[in-house]
Amino acid sequence: MTLAANLGTKVELADKPKLRSRLSAVGRFARRNPLGAAGGVVIIVMVLVAVLADFIAPYNPVANAFDRMHEPPGLENWLGTDQYGRDVFSRIVYGARTALLVGFASSFVGAAFGLVLGVASAYFGGKIDLIFQRILDIFMAFPLIILALAVIAIFGTGAQNVIIAITIPFIPRCARVVRSSALAIRELPYIDAARANGFSHARIILRHMIPNVMAPFLIMITAFVGQAILLEASLSYLGLGVQEPTPAWGLMLQGGAEEYAESAPWIAIFPGIAISLAVFGFSLFGDAVRDEFDPKLRSR
Amino acid sequence: MTNMESTGAAGQSAEAAMQVSTLVPDTALEQRRQSERRFALAPDLVTVRNLKMHFPVTEGALFNKVAAHVRAVDGISFTIRKGETLGLVGESGCGKTTTGRCILRLDHPTGGEILFDGKNLVDLDDKSMRALRRKIQVIFQDPYSSLNPRMKIGEIISEPMKVHRTEPNKAARDARVMELLNMCGLDPRFADRYPHEMSGGQRQRVGIARALSVRPEFIICDEAISALDVSIQAQIINLLEDLRDQFGLTYLFIAHDLSVVRHLCHRVAVMYLGKIVELAECDELYGNPLHPYTQALLAAVPVPDPDMEKVRSYRIVKGEVPSPMNPPSGCVFHPRCPLAVENCAKTVPEFRELRPGHWVACSVI
Repeated sequence: MTLAANLGTKVELADKPKLRSRLSAVGRFARRNPLGAAGGVVIIVMVLVAVLADFIAPYNPVANAFDRMHEPPGLENWLGTDQYGRDVFSRIVYGARTALLVGFASSFVGAAFGLVLGVASAYFGGKIDLIFQRILDIFMAFPLIILALAVIAIFGTGAQNVIIAITIPFIPRCARVVRSSALAIRELPYIDAARANGFSHARIILRHMIPNVMAPFLIMITAFVGQAILLEASLSYLGLGVQEPTPAWGLMLQGGAEEYAESAPWIAIFPGIAISLAVFGFSLFGDAVRDEFDPKLRSR
Repeated sequence: MTNMESTGAAGQSAEAAMQVSTLVPDTALEQRRQSERRFALAPDLVTVRNLKMHFPVTEGALFNKVAAHVRAVDGISFTIRKGETLGLVGESGCGKTTTGRCILRLDHPTGGEILFDGKNLVDLDDKSMRALRRKIQVIFQDPYSSLNPRMKIGEIISEPMKVHRTEPNKAARDARVMELLNMCGLDPRFADRYPHEMSGGQRQRVGIARALSVRPEFIICDEAISALDVSIQAQIINLLEDLRDQFGLTYLFIAHDLSVVRHLCHRVAVMYLGKIVELAECDELYGNPLHPYTQALLAAVPVPDPDMEKVRSYRIVKGEVPSPMNPPSGCVFHPRCPLAVENCAKTVPEFRELRPGHWVACSVI
């Protein structure tokens, strides 16, 4: 290559290796963690289905068709129809939207609050930390579902309240994990350097501590999304989550499971598979992300 | 040996480094004698009086009962004159670093006072302290963990300027980052790199640039060169020397390498178990150590000649350093001291000026 050509492609040269190294990093991740990669594929498919639901779903998910009730899976309705004649496949496709919306919104919001609270608790330490952790203990004493039920009981049902109900039990769990790594970071010399320079507490927490606890934070988020989807399905199944006729997997399970378990099992089986697959995908991916970030667990 | 005075940026051979840590050239000695005389008249910048830092050791999960105290620093006093470099030496755990942390107010002292420019740092409120922090900077031992791994070098150096508003705008800050990188012997293009892309010596230069960014008066070098390679050590020492001469900086140089301290410092204080046992001008201390602990410390410096090393007689002090949680009564050094008499276990020795400018805490000599 001539010098002139070299100069001309300078910018490209600087960018290309970065992209290539990103791609090869993905490749390495997949080779090291085939299960995690499978989880990642499930997540990607789910996101695509949710985004492209309008193009994928053959029917309107909320349109009743009383002439086609309890239709078994076939060419016209791939996964059959439910007790109102609605297409099960279309409802599962649109249900992915509900699941992902609730899953991502509640885990991101919950984890973000947990992140700030956990880091602040570790940073200030002493009495503040002690009081704070005991309050978190109270919240942690309740199982996820019980706490979510209590929140629903206060705020009422509906998609928005479901998100709040799932967010709240996540906050202490994330705060606890983030705090433990923030405690280690607090003792490092660069935090001392920041304190010796008179930086404000907010600056030290936001600029110096939070960016350095991102690894456990990302692990928590991926682990939470799957749990949040399961929790949303459970709440909907109990009739306390998303309300009819919104397509949601837990709701579909509830509608089909009891009455039609024998006569029309497809009504309940397929949304059940969707829930299991989604949760399975997220937890596989979450485990892989954890392995990736934790060098002690990483096998070469 | 001329490169001893040349810029610290120049890469130096391991040979030069060896010389730094073994002998001091005559020219440098002469220069220092002159500057020592000069500092005798300079005003005090930092005065530490009877500084105490006792860390509580708690037990019990619920009520945190204080079981004992670790007396990391137990009543030390010294002054540092403007433009002077005071060396603080001693083995690990003797309280050198804690002394530095107290001056930086990273630890809040249990007692005593620290005067900086006439203001007592111990009872200063946070707001006034924040304004003073610009003038007191620190260079840490570990060049790996003293830089935030998520920030670029440029951000690391410019952040103190931003917080203390020493430069009017971002352009001025960026220009100063370039200037500082140059000054510390680094390529200005490093500003866009992350710490993990640099070597230990380069990172330490970044740490120095950060300390200099807000134009401080006083820099605490907390084992600033201990974690570096011998050849890199020489470079960093020269850099610190050049910067001191260029900006009239005052250093508190905390170290355990006696030869480095001898090269860089005007006066030296020797610490043992939270107390200063001896304080004197550099040549006086190395040429005529009075305290038995200082004598033992100097005798332990290895001789860079295998034949001489083989035949020389060690004066090894017996035993181990006692726990600072339960220090010996009287003179803290008495259980290990070759000169100890009965009285040493009873009375705490006074810190006396035995010769002009030469202070010793020993009641026997």
